[in-house]
Amino acid sequence: MIVALVVVCLALITVYFRESDGGRLHGIQGVGATVLRPFEIGATHVAQPFRDVYGYFSDLVHAKSRAANLEKQLNALRQSQTSGLEAQHELGIIRRELHYKAPPDVQHLQRVNTAVIAQPVNPFDQSIVISAGANDGVRAGNPVLDPNGYLVGTISLAYSQTALVTLLTDESSAVGAKDPQTAAQGVVKDASGGSDSLILERVSKAEKIREGDQIITSGFKVRPDLSSLYPKGIPIGWVRSVQQFDTDVYKRVQVAPYANFSKLESVMVVLTPKGMRGLP
Amino acid sequence: MTWPIDELKTAAIVFVVTIFQVSVLSSITLFGGSANLVLITLVAVALLRGSIFGAAAGFFAGILIDTATLSTLGVTALLLTLAGYWTGRYAETTGRDRAHAPLVAVAVITLLYAVGELVLNYMIGEDVSPAAAFHALPPTMLWNVLLAVPVYALCRRLLGERTGERAREVQFFG
Repeated sequence: MIVALVVVCLALITVYFRESDGGRLHGIQGVGATVLRPFEIGATHVAQPFRDVYGYFSDLVHAKSRAANLEKQLNALRQSQTSGLEAQHELGIIRRELHYKAPPDVQHLQRVNTAVIAQPVNPFDQSIVISAGANDGVRAGNPVLDPNGYLVGTISLAYSQTALVTLLTDESSAVGAKDPQTAAQGVVKDASGGSDSLILERVSKAEKIREGDQIITSGFKVRPDLSSLYPKGIPIGWVRSVQQFDTDVYKRVQVAPYANFSKLESVMVVLTPKGMRGLP
Repeated sequence: MTWPIDELKTAAIVFVVTIFQVSVLSSITLFGGSANLVLITLVAVALLRGSIFGAAAGFFAGILIDTATLSTLGVTALLLTLAGYWTGRYAETTGRDRAHAPLVAVAVITLLYAVGELVLNYMIGEDVSPAAAFHALPPTMLWNVLLAVPVYALCRRLLGERTGERAREVQFFG
């Protein structure tokens, strides 16, 4: 019996690996996930009051340091707000006069709000399952944001009623990003140091970048064979530290993500236009 | 004769616990780790019902987890099948009638499961970080061991003690 079960497991792993996303085993898994979906949603609803209580006390623990950090950010934002508004107004006038064709703003793209129905079950799994799928217009390559509009990851697999979201903290994630304050550009990847750690790679030493700067998606290609998965202007995080060594070709920029990957209960899927999907 | 009442009860328990684990518990971390209620329940079931029952329950739980999380089908099933089988063998031999058996089994299985998860994920090409895995291990171990006794007591209440022949004692642990 035990040998039979182990053989079945090994056979499942082998077949699952060898077949494509549209293979028979993936199809069966998709049907199974659809069947389990109502139970997962039910469990989430039942546990919601307890999660709220846990969240309340958990937030209290970090409240003091978080308040100090937010106050610092608020002061910086107040200073930049006035000049930002004025610049935005001027930009609008200039764009109109030049008939400038800007790429679609993320704010104007259609979104699907959905619940997270399965969380990562081990430290290596950097993906979540959401309760929306191909029937809702969700496709592989769609960007996924948290309820505050911060980048969380991208859809990697979409079944009819569920979809798999690969988080930014997964090793396979790579996002073209920039510092809008200084226009420094790079690629945001997982730093392999826990869920609250990302790095901005390939930032030239000549570029200027400061601690506390905001990092947003650049909308540019990360690899030549792929169109950008992410529309321009989605907030990713802020620069936690910048280091520069003589032996390195690029700066070492550590980015703290805005999204809290361990507390995702609902997300927004941005339905990007066909030309902006991740496939060539 | 308890068949198939035992099987149905166990399937229901494993199903509810697995759904609860993937939807709720996995997102609740305390001191850097979260309890693995599926593993604790599996250990309790295997201690109460033996190796074959434990292996089958582990396989069922693993398939449910792999399906619900849309991860590689068979990976968690393989780990939990082996975990259920080992715990069952322990219960049939050294662990039987020993009060500390749930605690020892949960502690050992939590450690072996973390190592197995690390190795298996490495073998299938996932990005694995031993540092991240072992950083989360002490708190996970703590929560699992703290929950071991109440979960075992609850499972024993739901499933009842098994009556049957006593197996020959073999020294594994404890």
